[in-house]
Amino acid sequence: MTARDEILANIRRSLGVTGQEEPRRQAVADRLARPERGVVPARGQKSGAEAIATFRKYAEAVQTTVAIVNGPAQVPAEAARWLSVNNLPARLRMGADARLSAMPWGATTLDVSQGPSAGADLNGVSHAFAGVTETGSLILLSGPDNPTTINFLPDNHIVVLDSADLVPALEDVWTRLRAEAGSDPLPRTVNMVTGPSRSGDIDRTIFLGAHGPRAVHVIVIDQHATP
Amino acid sequence: MTATITSPAFRENAHQALQDKQLQAVLGTMRTGFSVKRAEAAAALPEFEALRDSARDIKNHTLAHLDLYLEQYEAKVTASGGHVHYARDAAEARRIITDLCRELGAKTVTKGKSMISEEIGLNDHLEREGFTPVETDLGEYIIQLRHETPSHIIAPAFHLSAAQVEQDFRRVHTQLPPERDLSEPVSLLNEARQALRQHFLAADVGITGANFLIAETGTSVIVTNEGNGDLTQTLPKAHIVLASLEKLVPTLDDCAQMLRVLARSATGQDSSVYTTFSTGPRRADDPDGPGAYHVVLLDNGRTGMLGTSFQEMLRCIRCGACMNHCPVYQAVGGHAYGWTYPGPMGSVLTPALIGVAKGGHLPNASTFCGRCESVCPVRIPLPKLMRHWREKEFERHLTPATTRSGLALWGFFARRPWLYRQATRLGAATLALAARGKGKFASLPFASGWTQGRDFPAPEGRTFQAMWAAEAGKRRLAGAQPGAKGQTR
Repeated sequence: MTARDEILANIRRSLGVTGQEEPRRQAVADRLARPERGVVPARGQKSGAEAIATFRKYAEAVQTTVAIVNGPAQVPAEAARWLSVNNLPARLRMGADARLSAMPWGATTLDVSQGPSAGADLNGVSHAFAGVTETGSLILLSGPDNPTTINFLPDNHIVVLDSADLVPALEDVWTRLRAEAGSDPLPRTVNMVTGPSRSGDIDRTIFLGAHGPRAVHVIVIDQHATP
Repeated sequence: MTATITSPAFRENAHQALQDKQLQAVLGTMRTGFSVKRAEAAAALPEFEALRDSARDIKNHTLAHLDLYLEQYEAKVTASGGHVHYARDAAEARRIITDLCRELGAKTVTKGKSMISEEIGLNDHLEREGFTPVETDLGEYIIQLRHETPSHIIAPAFHLSAAQVEQDFRRVHTQLPPERDLSEPVSLLNEARQALRQHFLAADVGITGANFLIAETGTSVIVTNEGNGDLTQTLPKAHIVLASLEKLVPTLDDCAQMLRVLARSATGQDSSVYTTFSTGPRRADDPDGPGAYHVVLLDNGRTGMLGTSFQEMLRCIRCGACMNHCPVYQAVGGHAYGWTYPGPMGSVLTPALIGVAKGGHLPNASTFCGRCESVCPVRIPLPKLMRHWREKEFERHLTPATTRSGLALWGFFARRPWLYRQATRLGAATLALAARGKGKFASLPFASGWTQGRDFPAPEGRTFQAMWAAEAGKRRLAGAQPGAKGQTR
């Protein structure tokens, strides 16, 4: 008997079932076909300016910094400004995301290169798939557009978030992914990032910048923002 | 790390821990640490109690249908290009992993934090088989340097001071100038970041645990604050997920429910920094990510807990809240428990996994104050389950002789109420007389274990039962409701 068969047989013996009972199979099939939303906190259920303000509040509570610009064209200047005030080199690594590529990086003095990170990049920029209002979290999807290594290897991570992609809760991210990708919803990696890297393992005190980025700066694109 | 079991010596371990001044200083910080942060986070979310119910129900539903969800999960992992391996016990899991490492031509193996890896003693085995395992969670890295085991399931180096870590880093990071300044704790963090970055980039295989496995999509989920788990699983040629079967949840939405109670219960964060959902290996157009994705699913005694009262323990999501709130853990720390899992969750899980003979003593390490159950995010009745183990230990005659004869003596009197009242009346009166009005004893024969550290309060001369009877008499005279004695539940 293989380990697999033995483990499944043990589970069935312990539970007193055969695995063939129709009501059990139906209960599982139903749950998978129609996921239950469960308890979703009210604090993220906001829209418009209120959603942006709430996202910002929770993001800043975990040391993410947030800037709001009123169009994609303003993103490169904001990125350059943030790198400059933090005395960081004017160099950026990014993936092939068309939304990022279309931005006027040439109008800044930034030296922008494309591709995944191999560990030598100090600064990276990604475009978020979504932002979660409830926790001030960023949702990043793997792939050529926004390689996962850019989320973790650079010391400083700039993330562009379109305010139209703000959702109240993680459940809404799943709904959107299921709708966009059909029956096979997930890319290889979905990263939910809530603040810069940190550790409490030394002296039971939280310090930022353990292994991932030491700083996370979100640039929110909001058409309604006053320039 | 070692997988040596010292749980049967809990008394001696605890005694040693109580004498350890450095450890006691660290444990003293617990009351103002995790538990305060958890209380604040729970109070700030009106839906928190409802989420605990939801989390409990999701786990109960999954466990009741575990066979079917496992089949679904496996099919989804396979469909996404990954492989699922089943392991009946620790030895089988270790063998599967070293076989995979060998097939993949691995030399260096980076590791994200995994309690299952501790449970099966994986690092020792990897070393014996010629691989170099490198723990990348900062706490795990530190204890690996010290050849120790974790003392806490989410803060493995909880028992150490910054000064101790500095000594270890100076001993091991010999390539760095000896005169460097490490007096600030953050400089230790930076040094570890530099040291581990080299390992991340050089590793051939990355092994992580999983906080959750999602049947709907065949996804493994890790939750970290450092980002070490992500670097571990993204950079090498292959990612091996090592998880026990009860990590399963049905859907992505169910996982979202669990995440809300996990971080709050563990560290008091609304969300951990990195929550990562991984589904299969690198896709055709992916510029990064592991080329192979394997999941090793461990049983190691868990299927035997299903269908028993200990099935409830399989809801555990390893947040550590029970130990953070436990007066026994706060007094002796995690190592005293003598195996992988300390605190109340360990006292229930350990006897189930390593047997009552070795772990059966741990459920006695409880005051039954109930704080663990009151903070458990999945509402596991930990005190009740510890009581079940105590009964089993007693049934199997594993309880120490002094405890057994003490209980037998008490049982003799308890079955003879008249004799019991006489004996306690005599005892209370004698002690009151012996105390000579001081109200306390600084020392007592047969009770030096108690009086060494504190005074023993002297009885005031009458027993509770005598006073209760007298009070009842007064109430009757005052015309109180008949049947007042029914108040005793």
